[in-house]
Amino acid sequence: MRYAMAVDTRKCVGCGDCVVACQTENNVPLGYARDWIVEIVKGSYPNTLKVHFESRRCHHCDDPPCVRVCPTGASHIVEGGIVKVTPEECIGCGACIEACPYEARYFHPDGYVDKCTFCDHRVKNGQDPACVEVCPTHCLIFGDLDDPESPVSKVLKEREYYTLAPDAGTHPNLFFLK
Amino acid sequence: MKEYLIVSGRDINILYPHVNVWGFGIPLYLFIGGLAAGILIFATLFYLMGKDKEFPVTVKIATIVPPLIIALGLLFLIGDLRHKPFFWQLLTHFRLQSPMNWGAWTLTIVFILSLLWPLSFIDDMIEYFQQHNRKKWANAFIWIKNLIEKVRIFKVIVDWFTKNRKAFAIITLIFSIILGIYTGILLSTMNARPLWNTPILGLLFLTSGISTATVTIMWITDNEIERRLFTKIDFYTIILEMYLIFQLFFNLAQGPEIQVKTAQLFFGGEFTAIFWALFVMLGLVVPWILEILELKGFHVPVAVPAFLILYGGLVFRYIMVYAGEISSFLPSPTILH
Repeated sequence: MRYAMAVDTRKCVGCGDCVVACQTENNVPLGYARDWIVEIVKGSYPNTLKVHFESRRCHHCDDPPCVRVCPTGASHIVEGGIVKVTPEECIGCGACIEACPYEARYFHPDGYVDKCTFCDHRVKNGQDPACVEVCPTHCLIFGDLDDPESPVSKVLKEREYYTLAPDAGTHPNLFFLK
Repeated sequence: MKEYLIVSGRDINILYPHVNVWGFGIPLYLFIGGLAAGILIFATLFYLMGKDKEFPVTVKIATIVPPLIIALGLLFLIGDLRHKPFFWQLLTHFRLQSPMNWGAWTLTIVFILSLLWPLSFIDDMIEYFQQHNRKKWANAFIWIKNLIEKVRIFKVIVDWFTKNRKAFAIITLIFSIILGIYTGILLSTMNARPLWNTPILGLLFLTSGISTATVTIMWITDNEIERRLFTKIDFYTIILEMYLIFQLFFNLAQGPEIQVKTAQLFFGGEFTAIFWALFVMLGLVVPWILEILELKGFHVPVAVPAFLILYGGLVFRYIMVYAGEISSFLPSPTILH
């Protein structure tokens, strides 16, 4: 089992519904967010001005540097390749935040490091993550990469995609469809 | 083509406009680690070479500094943690792949060894301070000696280490070298930060740590031969350090685009003035020239080059930590609240 998510940048309108759904589902404190929207504007007016949106979150990398640098093992990988943090083991040293090229981690106001869990509590029950569930344009596609019939495997076969910071060598599992 | 990135949905000040996690404590902690490691490396090395009579300050007196500053460093390390009540978790885990983990272990071991090293020379210390008319220091060590005599367990431990001093010196030397390298490796394992992610950083931080230790010994000693020797050692250490800095930027400038961009932070970017003027010139070149003058026979007050090197070592670590946090694979975005 290898969970992954694809973000269709042609469909994403940057409404922020995924952000709110995550905050509600996971009780994320005010001012914080486990997923967020990045608006990328290219070109300059009145010439080729282009915009697209990326709904970003933890990339649940195959080779997560955050897990490697964690001094206590609080950052760990659970079934399906999901990267999680155990608050009771986290000492709040910040090494994982420095090690992550995607700015996916932050200090919870209580002191420990918090991040996206791919809503593993929902995924366990066969549901999609909250952000995927609410997306009004269906631009978020979630599934198991080991299953060739899963929606995410299919869409990655059909469409061209890119990943962020591939040079960092993390082998991310968040894909952006072109 | 211009490209703008706008982030919405969150407003987290430790992430935007760039990562800002290791602000004050960590660079200071890295400086202290390097300095303590350097002093212990010289003490144990000179002892193993049989020079403890010739260079009493290097082998004995200067080693009062490491336990004091490591204790301070540990306070900075713990002070920098955000989830402090769970600090003990660090010492219930052993993870070789996490430098933060084995570094904390190394620092703990070196702290214990550094406490025992001066204590194993306590009679020599008292004698030295009495000879040099430092009554307060002599009295302090007499007090410590009496305490050790009174508590049996302390006496057994100190006596054992005094008897097996050669093995003790070898172990301390090895762990001190590991500590000195670790201060650089802690940063260099972060492959998300192009400035840090270079194999040269461990050696560079060790060299800088040794340089700060050299000037500390140079500053403390009142023995002219010892001072001259350490001025000479620092003269060569600075040359090595300058070469390593050149190599660091040379590598970055020849690397992939992201590394070239990182190098630009120091060549025209926001760290240009502070790095070249406040660190390289004031913290390396000026004290280096003063040391040459000293070796040529001019009288230079030892405090000046010593202070500048210590200052340079600290500034260097602050710059490396801050600039490293700014160097990133993803362009830094504008925040939309």
